[in-house]
Formats: sequence, structure tokens, C-alpha cells
Amino acid sequence: MTTDTKVQSKGSAGEFFGKIIRNQLFIPIVALTLLVIFNLISDPGFFKIALEPSSTGNLILSGNLITIIDNASELVILAIGMTLVTSASGGQDISVGATIAIAGSTVLRIVKGYAPDIPGSQFAGMIIVSFLLCVVVSALFGAFNGALVAFFKIQPMVATLILFTAGRSIAAWINNNDNISINDKRFGYFGNFIPGIPVPTPVFITIFCIIVIALVLKFTNLRLYSQSVGINASSSRLNGINPKMIKLLTFVILGVCVAVCGFIKVSRTSSITYSVIANNIEMDAILAVALGGNNLGGGKFNLTSSVLGAYVIQFLTTTLYKFKEIDSSSISAYKAVVVILLIIISSPFVRKLIEDFKNKREAAKAEAAVGKEKA
Amino acid sequence: MKDSAVLEMRGICKFFPGVRALENVDFTLREGEIHALMGENGAGKSTLIKVLTGVYPKDGGDVTLSGQPVHIKSPQDAQNKGIATVYQEITLCPNLTVAENMYIGRTSGPFTNWNKINSSAGKLLDELGIPALPTEQLGNCSIAIQQMVAIARAVDMDCKVLILDEPTSSLDEQEVQKLFNLMRDLKAKGVGIIFVTHFLEQVYEVCDRITVLRDGKLVGEYVIEDLPRVQLVSKMLGKDFDDMAEIKNDADIEKIDYNGVPVYQAINLTGTTGIKPFDFEIHKGEVNGFTGLLGSGRSESVRAIFGADRVAGGTVKIDGKEVKIRKPLDAMKHGISYLPEDRKLDGIVGDLSVRDNIILALQVMKGFFKPFSRAQAEKFADEYIKLLSIKTASQDTPIKSLSGGNQQKVILARWLLANPQYLILDEPTRGIDVGTKVEIQKLVLKLASEGKSITFISSEIDEMIRTCSRLVVMRDGKVVGELKGDDLNQNKIMATIAGGESK
Repeated sequence: MTTDTKVQSKGSAGEFFGKIIRNQLFIPIVALTLLVIFNLISDPGFFKIALEPSSTGNLILSGNLITIIDNASELVILAIGMTLVTSASGGQDISVGATIAIAGSTVLRIVKGYAPDIPGSQFAGMIIVSFLLCVVVSALFGAFNGALVAFFKIQPMVATLILFTAGRSIAAWINNNDNISINDKRFGYFGNFIPGIPVPTPVFITIFCIIVIALVLKFTNLRLYSQSVGINASSSRLNGINPKMIKLLTFVILGVCVAVCGFIKVSRTSSITYSVIANNIEMDAILAVALGGNNLGGGKFNLTSSVLGAYVIQFLTTTLYKFKEIDSSSISAYKAVVVILLIIISSPFVRKLIEDFKNKREAAKAEAAVGKEKA
Repeated sequence: MKDSAVLEMRGICKFFPGVRALENVDFTLREGEIHALMGENGAGKSTLIKVLTGVYPKDGGDVTLSGQPVHIKSPQDAQNKGIATVYQEITLCPNLTVAENMYIGRTSGPFTNWNKINSSAGKLLDELGIPALPTEQLGNCSIAIQQMVAIARAVDMDCKVLILDEPTSSLDEQEVQKLFNLMRDLKAKGVGIIFVTHFLEQVYEVCDRITVLRDGKLVGEYVIEDLPRVQLVSKMLGKDFDDMAEIKNDADIEKIDYNGVPVYQAINLTGTTGIKPFDFEIHKGEVNGFTGLLGSGRSESVRAIFGADRVAGGTVKIDGKEVKIRKPLDAMKHGISYLPEDRKLDGIVGDLSVRDNIILALQVMKGFFKPFSRAQAEKFADEYIKLLSIKTASQDTPIKSLSGGNQQKVILARWLLANPQYLILDEPTRGIDVGTKVEIQKLVLKLASEGKSITFISSEIDEMIRTCSRLVVMRDGKVVGELKGDDLNQNKIMATIAGGESK
């Protein structure tokens, strides 16, 4: 096969470059690099990280980079679940913001019943119970969404519209619409800092979640199954896979991710505002999946890419907040412009243009070769 | 002769990542001729058509229409320049009427006089002898009529070049004749027709010339009288191939023990897809077939065996032991494999790599919590790519970018890897080239001689006669006969399919 060898033998810089462009990680990495360069130029001190005492007297790391990584935690965890749901069901869950409110409200329902200075062991027990309950509740709501999608074959966006609308009311109802404020300082450890540890706790929780999902993907067939179901449910079924169960499973996994996010969210402020908590986070989560170059129509997915996408979005938000001349109410518009640019660069259309250009050049080479042979 | 060329393509090149799909291909279509474009799967036929219709931009070469050099930018552009295409799958709207389909997108201004359009559509349909009413809903017409309507639309748009891409694959004999009559009419009117098909008989029935492609290169252009069938096949394959009729080995058939316990036995198996309850059994080393017209229930029967659709009742025995098969996984665990009829819809998982497609069934049988290691998966894929000589750039290539025949081989590999006792192949040779067809038939017989039981379904009766030792004949959802031994001949089978009077 001479043609094969010819194509392979040109492992030149051009080929290497082409490979990078085709890689899914290309867009999020380029976006990150651009943001870093932009910030370095506009404010050389942007990346300064300092170890200073906080208001409570602990030594903590502070700086924009820390803020970004800390604040991105919920988004990253959600992006993991959203990627899986997208892959298997070919649609997105728009109820995650509202279900985070439910999850947070569930945690507070348990925690508010305890006195602020119960002994450590009792406190730990209470946290574990409240977290487990929150996971169960969120997983059940995830299963509700999943069942609508898998068994009743409702489009994911329509199915999750129900909880998108009702979720915050349910969250308020769980606590009788009370304003809750937890006075126990220890409850805030999970969303802020643990005394003596200078890195924000959500960062550790995020890393833990990433490790868990990596292990799940390594030791189960979740990737193969959800991709097959997302690409072709009919042939997956004829190969013995149960597409309905896989779709349901991905929604339940997203439910667990929502539970973790809800827990972090309420711990950050030790309180909850039902109508504001995790507002619009579903759009950022979907955007993270899209920025990662994943097909929102389902099928193949790349989790690393989604996670990077989530960090890019948080980076962008923080960068925009840094500009004092930008009014905070118009930040969304600026964000939209950047996002549109990124999405266009990663669109199949632009990729095809690059591909066509390469093919034309190769054709010209082939023609020249034929011409030489004749001469 | 040369001056009457309506379409000339010179030195056409098209590249895909890692593949040279077309390399310096020439093609000439003359006025008023039917020109067959032949080649195996992956030879470049579809790519050439897609370049011509503007679906793919060409990477090199020139196209001339009636002497004028043209650049075709998009399918719309191709249509405007007089190149019309009718695909294997109908691309019209079934929920519109025949006339609406013929004129959609071609009316000018916001107002349309549908009465006028209906009458002119009626006139054209009459003229072409197409038995359809302009006001009829397209979805209610047979596939053949729908195809003819698509052709009528093309004709009315003053096309100079008409491309028919596998138009006959879902038509029955009568409908094919109607289509051929229409083609001959158009030919007389001076339209140049490019005809892509896998049916050799049809090529020799209507075509004037043949252009043969192989591996993306031009083999040659021939006048039909100068190229006997055997030579055509050897040109397509690039080698002489042994006579297909001789592939069955009678010695193997005699070894089958019909009195032993059947590998698979169904008693009163009842499906939910419109078939009557039926009994069926297959023995070790046997190749049998289900035959009947399209819609007779042959596919539904094997789907019921595999549990692909809901099973309503009946008893199933594997090696004499009663088992329950309610879903595909049950069947797979009992050693049954099923290669579905519709490769695109039920077989391939398009975006997944060749490797993932090969290991899929075995992986599912192994279980959700026990994924194969990457190395193991690669080993399996390598082994079967070699065994079935699957043409693919690499294991990581998405299966959808392979040619039809190679996709089918990947699906075959998937089920062979699952190592079944009983393998059901529903139309494994549909829409693939002669070479691969023979390969698959040989493989079926080889597997049977190794002791596997196989059900082989094909629309081509001679293929069934060559491979099967027993045929179950179906009509209207019912088993109406079983043929074996000397009864396995074209006439007897036809008679049984047609009416039950044969004894």
C-alpha cells in the first residue's frame, strides 16, 4: 500500500499541527492560554498568590487564581454529570440550578435542628447524615428527570423544564420558606477553609470528584455504553445494552453531582436564598460541555475537555469582574461575545475549512508528482 | 461521438484524512445514454457522485458540462446546472402531495397557483407513464412510485444529467421493470443517466456503457457488448475469481445429524410484530434460510428468535433445555448472535471506532463492571480486522467512514468475536459488492463446517440456494413451507413463495 506509507510518512510539523487542531482539548486550552496572556498584559499582578491571614486569623492562600479555581468547583462538578447526560440522552438537564437549591435546602433542614456547639463526633455524624440524605434526594430528582427522558421519551430539555420551574419552590417548601442561617463555624469549613489548611476546601472536593469519575470510567463500561446509546440506541439495544437504564443512570449520576454542589453552595454562606442560589448555573454547565468540543447531540464525549471548559468559563467571569469600568450588570453581554467567538472557532464549519485547505494542498502535491512521472 | 458528451470529468481527486478516495479519475457521459458506474464498496463510486453533485468539494481536476467548464459549489448549485440525483433513500417529503413534492422550492413569489401546478404535474406524470395522482399524498405511494416522482421532479427541472444511486435495491421485479421503462423514455429524450447499482443483471439489461472504478482509480470505460459479465466482475475485483456456484460442499451437509437434539428449537413462538406463531429448529452445523417476499415476516421471525422485539409466548429450547429469551442479552448469553437487516439503523454505532464496534457485543456479555483492557481490545480488533480483511485506516477510525461492505464485515466480526453457537444473519450481503458477498457466503459455509448453526437470509434467491441446506418459506407472516434437498431450486422456491399449491 504505497498510498498509506505516503500519507503516514509526512510526520512533519504540519501533520503535528493538524493533529493538535483536531484534538478536542485544543479549543479550551487555546482559550485558557489567551485569557492568561490577556491578563498578564493588562495586569501583571493578576496571578500573584499570597499567603495571608484571613478574617478568622488563619493563614490562607489568596489571589485571583485561587478565586478562580475555588469558584469553579461547582461548575466543574456539574460539567462532569452534564457531559454524561449529554452523551447518553443527546440533551441537557436545565434543572440543575433549581435542584441545587433543593439539595442545599435538604442539608440545611437537617443541620438547622442542632445547637451550634455540639461535640465534634456528633457534628460529624450530623454532617454525614445530612449529606447522605441530600445525595439520596438529589439522586431521586435525577431519577425523576431520567425516567421522563428514558421511559416517556420526552426531550431532556422539556422534561427538565418541570423541575427548572418547580425546583426553587420545592426548595423553599422543604424549609417552610424560612430564612436559615447556621451559626456553627464548622459548617462553613466545606465551602471555605478548614483551619490550618491554606487551600479552599471545594478544591479538594472537586479533585476528589474528578478522581472518582476517572475511576468509574476506568473500571466500568460507562463510557462505552453511554456513547453507544447516545450514538445509536437501536443498535445498542440489539447488542444487549438497555438504553433506558443507561440514560436513567446518567441522570442519577448528575443528581449526585448536584448534591455535592448544593452542599458546597450552602456551606459557602452558611445560609440559603432560594431564588438566587446557583442561579443560571445550568447554562454555564451546558456551555462548559460545549466549549469542551463535545457534541450536544450526544455520543462521543471527552470529560477532561468539559472540565477545562468549566475552568475557562470561570476564568472568563473572574477576568471580566476585574475590570472596574465594566458594569457588573453588563458582564453577561461581554461573556456572550467571548463565548460566541470560541464556539465559532470550534465549530465543524471552521474545522472543515481547515481540513479542506489541507486536502487541496495535498492534491496539488499529488498532481505535481504525477506530472513529474509523465515527464 | 466526443462532441455529444454532456458531462466530462477529468483528473478528479478527492482526499480524506489518511485515504485517497479518488485519484485522477476520468468519467464521460454522453447525451442519451445510460451509463453504469461500477465498482466494489470503497472503490470511489459514491465519492465521485458526491463530488459531481457538490456534496464534497473536489480537491483536484476539472468538470465540463456540455463543453462549458463548471465549478459545482453545492447540491443546490448542481441542480441549477442540470445535474439531478435520485438516491437510494427517498429524499422527498412523505407528508406532502405528489405535485407539492415535484414543485417544492421551485415556485416563484409568495403566491402559488396550486390548481395550475396540479394540472401540469398531472400532465408530466401521464407523459412519463407514472401511475400516480398529483393530489395523492406521497407517503401513500409505493417506494417505486416515490422514486419515479423524484425522477419526474428531476426531469421537469430540465436536467441534462440524471444520477440514479442504487434506485432498485428496495424494489420488486415488476417495479424495477417500470423504472427501466421510464429510464429508456428519458434516454430517448436525450438525458444522460448515470446508474449506480450492485445488480449485474440490471446493468446488462438497460445500460449502454460501463465505467469501472477500483480503489479510487479508474479501471476503464467499456461499451456493454464488449464486456462480458465475468470480465466485468474480474475488472471490479482486480482478479479472476472462482465460480461462486461451486462454493457449497455437499459432504458437509451430509454430516448434519437431523435426528439429534437441535441447537435451537422454538415451539409456537409468538411475536408482537404481526407474525403468526411458528415452530422452528436448527441443528449443529446446519445453514438454513428464511425466505419470502419483503414483508412476509422473515425478518420479524428471526427478530423474535433473538428477542429483539417483545415476545408474546411460546417455548424455546437450547440444546434441549427450556430457556427464556425475553431480550437480546438473554439470547446472547445463550449463544445466539443476530446481524440485523438494517446495518445503518440497527447495526453500526456510527461515531464509535472500528475497535469499539468489534468488541461491543462481547463486552456487553462480559458485563458493565468488567471492561476489557485497552491492550485486550486492540488484540481482538487486530485479529478480526486481519481475519476478515477489513479495509480501514486504523482501529480508531469511526466505523461510519468505512464503506458499506467493510462496515458489514465489522458487524460480522463483532458477532464472530462473541463466539455464538447459533448465528442469525439477516441480509448480510445487501448493498455490498460482489467480492465481499462471495467472501461472506464462503465464511458462512466455513463456520457451518466448524459446527456452528447459521440462519442466512437474503433477497437474492440464488445466494440462498448456494449456501442453505434448508429453506423456511414465509408468506403474510406465516410459515408456508420448508424446502430441502432437490427441492432447493429457483422454480420450486418461487412457486412456494407465490402460492401454496406445490406439493
